[in-house]
Amino acid sequence: MNKSANASRLTRVNAFPQEAATDHGSLAPAKPADHRLVARLRAGDESALTELVRRYHATLLRIAQVLLPNRAIAEEVVQDTWACVVEGLDSFEGRSTLKTWICRILTNRAKTRLIREARSVSFSALRDSDSDEVAVDPDRFSSDGRWAEAPRRWNHNTPEKLVMEKEAMGCLGRALEELPAAQRAVVTLRDVEGLESEEVCNVLGIGETNQRVLLHRGRSRLRRALEEHLIGV
Amino acid sequence: MLSCKALTELVTDHLERELSIGPRMSVSLHLSSCPDCRAYFGQMKWLVKLLRQMPAEPAPPKVSDKLLLFFRRWHQASKMAARHRTRTLQLLPADRV
Repeated sequence: MNKSANASRLTRVNAFPQEAATDHGSLAPAKPADHRLVARLRAGDESALTELVRRYHATLLRIAQVLLPNRAIAEEVVQDTWACVVEGLDSFEGRSTLKTWICRILTNRAKTRLIREARSVSFSALRDSDSDEVAVDPDRFSSDGRWAEAPRRWNHNTPEKLVMEKEAMGCLGRALEELPAAQRAVVTLRDVEGLESEEVCNVLGIGETNQRVLLHRGRSRLRRALEEHLIGV
Repeated sequence: MLSCKALTELVTDHLERELSIGPRMSVSLHLSSCPDCRAYFGQMKWLVKLLRQMPAEPAPPKVSDKLLLFFRRWHQASKMAARHRTRTLQLLPADRV
């Protein structure tokens, strides 16, 4: 990407994205608990700050690691985000939940950081490159679209359930790391962090359809990884 | 009738409750009669459940000193700004407030 394109991206980055909250679908407004916490913060209550950080730090770090090239930069950007959150407290209007608002500040800080490092690549990669990606290898279906090679069963309802879950969890963690960046970002936010799909769109600045396609492809890849791992092919 | 191949592409939309009534019924109908797709669907559901349970890194036990200092300064500054606003309002003639 050339310099002028970078500059134009820079102007669009806003650390306090409240106005942009309606860009992608309708968002759930802030919860009463969010307003209470913000009111305490505005009053200078330091225990409220501790509560805020305890509640969202892990989430922010997880998202930052999805968006940024390495852990050290991710940690710096999270620190930077907390400062921006504090500075922006007076501008929080509660049009989205506190979590979404903070997550959006993080993504905007991450964008700014990537531009500074001339690495806007990973964000533009939020459009998925391979438009032909399918959920299951087409060779596993016969010409009429029925299973030729059925999904291999793993029994996740057996007495060894806990062992199975632990095994699967390890596999999922590794497979998640290996997903293409855009899929990893969406699966992390939607499934691991449990954000509503509107919130995921809002945080990442992507459209509803794109979000669902990325989620679908990401989950499908993870299932393939589980199938291979748990069956031990 | 919906093919198994087509079903595997609709699983996410179905789980996300984004299918309209027609396709949703096709998916349900197919699932009720196809054990392989039922297994596939069950695996996807289980996978999503596991992802949601993935352990997070523990949050830091306390707020960093730097952030705490920043928060105190911000609060002082915002208090001063508020006082300034009130004073300005008091100084304005009543008809302009």
